Amino acid sequence: MNASLTSSLVTTAVGVLLLTAVLQTWRRSAAGSVRLLVIQGLALATLVAALGASRGDVQLLVVAGVVALVKAGLLPWALGRTATGRLVERDSAVRPAIGLLGATVLTMFAYAVSDPLRGGDQSAAARAIPAGMALVLIGFWILLTRHSAVSQLVGFVVLDNGIAMVAFLTSDGLPLTVELGATLDVLLVVVILRTLTTRMRNTHGSTSVDDLTELRD
Amino acid sequence: MTVFLWLPVLVPTVLGAIIAWRHSDAFARFVPLVVALVILACGIALVAKGQVVTSSVLRADATSSYVLLCVGAVAVVALWGGLSAQSLDVRSDALICAFLAAMSLAVLSDNLGVMWVAIEATTIATAFLVGHAGTRGATEAAWKYVVLGSVGVAIAFLGIVLVYASSRASGAPTLSWVALTSGGISLSPHLARAGVALAVLGFATKAGLAPMHSWLPDAHSQAPAPVSGLMSGVLLSVAMYAILRVQAVGAAHIGVGLVHGMLLTFGLLSLAVAALLTLTQRDYKRLLAYSSIEHMGIIALGVGSGTSLGLMAALLHMLGHGVVKAAMFVVAGRVLNVTGSSRIASVTGLLKRRPDLGWPFLVGSAALLGFPPFVTFFTEVAILVALTETGLWWAAGAAALLLLVTFIGIARQVLSMALGAPDLHPESGDHALVADRPSRFRTAPVAIALLSGAAISFLALVFVPVLGAAAAALGVSR
Repeated sequence: MNASLTSSLVTTAVGVLLLTAVLQTWRRSAAGSVRLLVIQGLALATLVAALGASRGDVQLLVVAGVVALVKAGLLPWALGRTATGRLVERDSAVRPAIGLLGATVLTMFAYAVSDPLRGGDQSAAARAIPAGMALVLIGFWILLTRHSAVSQLVGFVVLDNGIAMVAFLTSDGLPLTVELGATLDVLLVVVILRTLTTRMRNTHGSTSVDDLTELRD
Repeated sequence: MTVFLWLPVLVPTVLGAIIAWRHSDAFARFVPLVVALVILACGIALVAKGQVVTSSVLRADATSSYVLLCVGAVAVVALWGGLSAQSLDVRSDALICAFLAAMSLAVLSDNLGVMWVAIEATTIATAFLVGHAGTRGATEAAWKYVVLGSVGVAIAFLGIVLVYASSRASGAPTLSWVALTSGGISLSPHLARAGVALAVLGFATKAGLAPMHSWLPDAHSQAPAPVSGLMSGVLLSVAMYAILRVQAVGAAHIGVGLVHGMLLTFGLLSLAVAALLTLTQRDYKRLLAYSSIEHMGIIALGVGSGTSLGLMAALLHMLGHGVVKAAMFVVAGRVLNVTGSSRIASVTGLLKRRPDLGWPFLVGSAALLGFPPFVTFFTEVAILVALTETGLWWAAGAAALLLLVTFIGIARQVLSMALGAPDLHPESGDHALVADRPSRFRTAPVAIALLSGAAISFLALVFVPVLGAAAAALGVSR
């Protein structure tokens, strides 16, 4: 694959990843959030495939397939089964505008602090590392400001996508065993949290983490 | 020797899979204990051998052998004591096996990435054990535990990703701990610094160090007694072991100042949190959980002192605290069975009403509070000395003060449970007091744990060389 095509594919994928993360802070319906995650998963898979094709690395192409399957298929599917209808009322602690503003500030912050991580590398992949950091921070932002269980799960997945992005952009991904183990772990965590969400609805009558007030000192 | 590397990982995996598959109650409840004994035996064998054993991604040096021994010892106490008439269900027994396999893999893996996968797997295996009771409280605790645990450990994953990226500068990127610490490769310093800091921060969350501790009292107080014992007694130490490994990578490339500064801060904050919250605590299982935060803080201070004495004392403290805490959770579980409430106020006169529970509870608390002759006394003194020796006298002073406050807090609560008028709550009735009288078989592990908590102090000749080798394997030998 020629260099300019790789470069534009990487840039587009990174743009989509960042955009879908920022939009998550503004989304109000659970189904919409999950749809955004599917797009984000596909963008991540595209990014990995572009990197693999440019390096002629077959293993990376296989990983791209796994990423597409898990991040754009299994994870949203597992999430989607609980995420029907609208999110709970007063899901967000902040107004949508503040949510967007926070995401913007965090993205700028990520670009400001991630420069040393590039180590002077000027390739399209290296220039996108701050976007991965931005995804990590936006994931945290969602976890902090959203109170419904499904939104918290979405925040966790965005955070994880950001880490995966940093891994692929800085070092073409981790060794295959670690990559697969980590993917399986994240998938299991999401399945467990989904099960706990169902249980929470049964015991608490809602899926808002605001209602988790039984245990305190 | 490689068989001792594989057994602790494979035996629990295979047996766990079998009982999950066969779904028969008959022997399932003994399987976790058998697995724990296997792990303990392998740990003792590896420590006794005293050599580095390597096989594929698994590797045991003095440090991992010693921590594997701790895992085995604590697991034996918790699971033997936890064998009761109303045992957990088969699924829980299988999950405990998976939990033990994950801890063994975390300790025995040479690859930082595999170690991370195993530590994340401990969260997965214990999630439903924490939520086992199915009550509002248990569900809430499980949710917080999984969210905070996974997010914390995800931060550690980001750190490991950056460490891996930093090793690309040498041409052959690697996550092998041996390669990263051998000095044969050079890491790019910016990436390595960020990576090590994030990995320590993430694993510190899993180790229950303040200010990332908020999940711990909930999870450890809601889980069934043997699981609480395992989580408090040894899972926290396994996370601390991960910090030790990451610290050694940092020491080889970017110096030790950063990690030690972080550990000293976390350690003192943990002691402060424990001091404040034990004073006003009203639930005895949460009291034990806060005591675990305190002890992890002490261990963090020992490691943060940067001396060989501090590190050796911290490692010994892991074992001493682990077996005693496991026994204490077992006893607390029995007290809960008898009284039906985990409120401190609802338990009085335990020494008179149930001396078989009251005495172990009182003696175990003394061990947790660091009374001589228990090993915790000697390790706490050694850690304070280590801090003073390195010029961190202010940290030693603050730690001593906070330990004193925690001492007052815990002693006051425990004495109110052990002493006091036995007939304060006649409505609980004598009927409840006779029920669930543990057999000698089930009392034995508690006695063994408390005795060994004291005996370790007098086995210095055995332990000092082992601990010295463990510290040397981490590159700390001054």
